[in-house]
Amino acid sequence: MAKVKKSPWLLHYDGSSCNGCDIETLACLTPVYDAERFGVVNTGDPLQADIFLITGGINTQNKSVVEQLYQQMPWPKVVVAVGTCACTGGIFKDCYNILGGADQVIPVDIYVPGCAARPQAIIDGIIQAVELFQRRSDEHEEKKKGAAHGHHH
Amino acid sequence: MIEKIIGVAAYILLAQLVGGLLDGLDRKISARMQGRVGPPLLQPFYDVRKLFAKQIVGVINSSQAAMLYSYLLLMVFSGCIFFAGNDILMSVFVLSTASLFLYFTAVITGSPYNSIAASRELIQIMTYEPAVILACVGFYMASGTFNVSGIIHSDMVMITRLPGFFIAFVFILTIKMRKSPFDVSTSHHAHQELVKGVTTEMGARNLAIYTVAEWYEVVYLLGFVALFVINQQWWSFVLAVVVILAVYFLEILIDNSSARVKYGAMLKWTWAMTLLAAGVNLLILMLIR
Repeated sequence: MAKVKKSPWLLHYDGSSCNGCDIETLACLTPVYDAERFGVVNTGDPLQADIFLITGGINTQNKSVVEQLYQQMPWPKVVVAVGTCACTGGIFKDCYNILGGADQVIPVDIYVPGCAARPQAIIDGIIQAVELFQRRSDEHEEKKKGAAHGHHH
Repeated sequence: MIEKIIGVAAYILLAQLVGGLLDGLDRKISARMQGRVGPPLLQPFYDVRKLFAKQIVGVINSSQAAMLYSYLLLMVFSGCIFFAGNDILMSVFVLSTASLFLYFTAVITGSPYNSIAASRELIQIMTYEPAVILACVGFYMASGTFNVSGIIHSDMVMITRLPGFFIAFVFILTIKMRKSPFDVSTSHHAHQELVKGVTTEMGARNLAIYTVAEWYEVVYLLGFVALFVINQQWWSFVLAVVVILAVYFLEILIDNSSARVKYGAMLKWTWAMTLLAAGVNLLILMLIR
């Protein structure tokens, strides 16, 4: 099994966040927290990303964007919702344009609460996402092998 | 003959290893320059291994892969010509052809990021090519041959005759190694103007192939740098390693200290540098010969 967990590449998307969580997410990459220690690369390209990190709630305008970004990411992939808004909609939950948290449109695997979520919590969430990413990659490989062997197994 | 086979075999087998390690060293040193710990030294290998394990998506994938494999093969081939000790001019021409195939991988997708990056890739080729060809001419003027084996069999250290060509070549290495500026056709940085430039539509295996091709390219280019100092003396090989590491460090330093240079400035500076350093050196060589 390929050890994919040593190379988690992040796609960071800001839904309707107040930017608090975005600043904390970027802070994870600065000298103080340095998430690149774990091989994390902040990429802007969904085709090259493994972990979809989403901040802020989902509104009627970014719904299709979030869905499309998720679909463009190749399997195996993991979704991390960072901050209370991305988890549930937060204080904007009852606004007329807000649909709720990220899990209203795509399957969310890891929830990182906080307003704003602290860098320590975000990195903790990413580490959990990385473990899940490895498990999914192993399953993906097994499935590929199974398909190659046909109906014999 | 046996020397040639060893050269080619060593390049094909070891270049990806050396290239990957240098890439890791680059990321480590860059991180330290920014006050960070940085990823493990072997991180580039982890990345490529992961990319091979990912699902392959996209309808353009197979046609893109055909172009990419051509890019990789031509890249390796140009390095083989060089490390076999053959014609340096031929090797450089094959390298340019390889770059053209990278351009094709980008235009074939029709993505707007790719189209802009592809045209910038062409501009970059136009920018660095004069310095590379002039370096070959310089080697010929100084040693009387275009053959790499002939050049290293001459009894002098080339850089003493070709300092201007060397400066011009190191200058264009910044472009070839995809360092700054931030709006070039593609670079290793996340916050690049064109998302990921020519590699935007590459995912999974295709990006891995591209990365490996880049490692081959870097090793070839550093071999080119070594040609400026290597002759038949044993110490010249030690000197070559020192010069290579110094040049590599310099590139990392440039990368980390000029993040906001634009590619228009790069074009002007590079041509000015080529004309001044290599051009003047060429004139002097013609006059004193």
